[in-house]
Amino acid sequence: MKIPANFRIVRLPCTGKVDIIHILRAFEKGVDGAFVVGCMEGDCHYNEGNFRARKRVEQAKVILDKVGVGGERVKMFNLSSGEGPLFAQYAIEMDNKIKELGPSPIRLAKQKKAKTAA
Amino acid sequence: MSELYTQSRLEKVLKAGHLGVTSECGPPRGSDAEEVKKKGLLIKDYVDAVNVTDNQTAMTRMSSLAACIHLKLLGIEPVLQMVTRDRNRVALQSDILGAASFDIPNMLCLSGDHQSFGDCKSGQNVHDLDSMQLVQTVRYMRDEGKFLGGDAIKRPPRIFVGAAANPFADPFEIRVPRLAKKIACGAEFIQTQCIYNIDKFKEWMRQAVERGLHEKAFIMAGMTPMKSVGMAKYMKNRVPGMDVPDEIIARLAGVPKDKQAEEGINICVEHILELKEVKGVAGFHIMAIEWEEKVPEIIKRAGLYPRPQV
Amino acid sequence: MIIAKKKPIEEIIGEVENYDRLLILGCNECVTVCEAGGKKEVEILASALRMNFMAKGKEKVIDEKTLERQCDHEYLEEIRANIDKYDAIVSLACGVGVQFAAEKYQTMPLIPGVNTVCLGANEDRGLWTERCQACGSCILARTGGICPVSRCAKRVMNGPCGGSTKGKCEISKDVDCAWQLIVDRLKALNKMDDYEIVAPIKDWSTDRAGGPRKVTREDVKI
Repeated sequence: MKIPANFRIVRLPCTGKVDIIHILRAFEKGVDGAFVVGCMEGDCHYNEGNFRARKRVEQAKVILDKVGVGGERVKMFNLSSGEGPLFAQYAIEMDNKIKELGPSPIRLAKQKKAKTAA
Repeated sequence: MSELYTQSRLEKVLKAGHLGVTSECGPPRGSDAEEVKKKGLLIKDYVDAVNVTDNQTAMTRMSSLAACIHLKLLGIEPVLQMVTRDRNRVALQSDILGAASFDIPNMLCLSGDHQSFGDCKSGQNVHDLDSMQLVQTVRYMRDEGKFLGGDAIKRPPRIFVGAAANPFADPFEIRVPRLAKKIACGAEFIQTQCIYNIDKFKEWMRQAVERGLHEKAFIMAGMTPMKSVGMAKYMKNRVPGMDVPDEIIARLAGVPKDKQAEEGINICVEHILELKEVKGVAGFHIMAIEWEEKVPEIIKRAGLYPRPQV
Repeated sequence: MIIAKKKPIEEIIGEVENYDRLLILGCNECVTVCEAGGKKEVEILASALRMNFMAKGKEKVIDEKTLERQCDHEYLEEIRANIDKYDAIVSLACGVGVQFAAEKYQTMPLIPGVNTVCLGANEDRGLWTERCQACGSCILARTGGICPVSRCAKRVMNGPCGGSTKGKCEISKDVDCAWQLIVDRLKALNKMDDYEIVAPIKDWSTDRAGGPRKVTREDVKI
């Protein structure tokens, strides 16, 4: 099982480091989807980092829904660091979902803008 | 305690040493006074005075003052209930004078249920004064003949002033100190929240008597007959400050549905007969909400009819 | 401190529809502490608004700045140099800051980004609760340090009322009965005798009722 090639991986010491603004900025720049992968709940090395991340992902979903981008484009997954195949599976799941949703309206708007400028 | 300060029949009856009896009627949710007049006439001969509620549970109704005037003009003695929720001190004093202009001789001072219970949840509440300060205000207007602002009142009100007490609200330990406070503020009679937990009420009375409060004000026990086990459960679970023991619920549940109302009246009469023997109980305040037609029966069976000649 | 709550983004979107160049202006004090209008919230709001209008093909210029406070002249002056770049300011300060900014920049539309809720304390992470109503005549010495004006739904001065049930207010099980708290505290302080002192009728003229209030210190004026 391979991870889809159109993924960009951003490594963090803990998903607790993810702030809402990081997710929003990614979409502002035109990504079609983002997923946050953290340790199994209860196993966070820093105790609550992944709980905080979950709450922030939830908030980001709400905001993305309200501004017409779509909260389904961001999701949190939990797994343990040894579960390589599971990671790949989630990646494929996310990839399929985003393909179904199509390009983000922000990306489309940016493309359109670039065309008219040219 | 025997000097009379007003023309109130209630004051006379209580000060002559009889058990006083009052009941209550709620004004209509409209401008037709006939309803309140009918209710008043039903119970007129069975009570010494009739309380008229003031936008009870914060549901907008015809004003208590207007309804009291209708009753007074029919020869029925009203008790004007006034809450501090809806009026500032200007309006409170003003309405007191309005009542006095019709010689309405009794008043009951209350805070009032919060407006979130009623039909105007987004309204303001006033509470410029609280119920105790309102009692002080009426006494001041009557006994000093002055407005709160200090000016003299032309023809000061002559009003027998009362307050409410709830032996069943929390915390129990301050309920008698609170009663003492209301009396210290000038309350001359007290009407309690309706009683179902007789033991708790007796304990409250015992503490009040211990402090001699029964000699400073007339404490009238509130009674409301249950119409059904549904009503009993509702009051137990949904009404703040209400104490309905399980035995009452069990007793009502133990009879068939069409007999529950009758059983509710039986319980009410039994309680009145029991409380007549309790030291310090100066009378009864019977609140039969939307069931005023049962009041005569309750009063008769409780041995409180006919009302004394004073 | 002043407690505020973010306005729903739909409401802000509605207010800024007709302006092309916006400044989202945050405040580093109270609204930062209650996580409603500080730098982080400014960033999030700005990003969300940009995406909203981009997705609709109505791109706007949306800049971000957070001042130390918006209730002091010297900090509000910091934006004077660049203010002509904008058609409107969305201020995430409390009602005080929004108004002070509006007074200073008379021709600049000011849109509030938060609802100012109350004067309160940070009881717990994510929980801010009201403690003071600024009545102007503090009686806390007589009520065991608990305020009946701000914490009693009926602001009774001689409470509790008859609706107090198991330490909670009649309006909701989530609201403590202020007078239960006062009684508990008087007990803890061994001052239960104070309970029977009748609190006098309150002078509300120092409260909102008396009109907009002000405080002057002649001794510090130059």
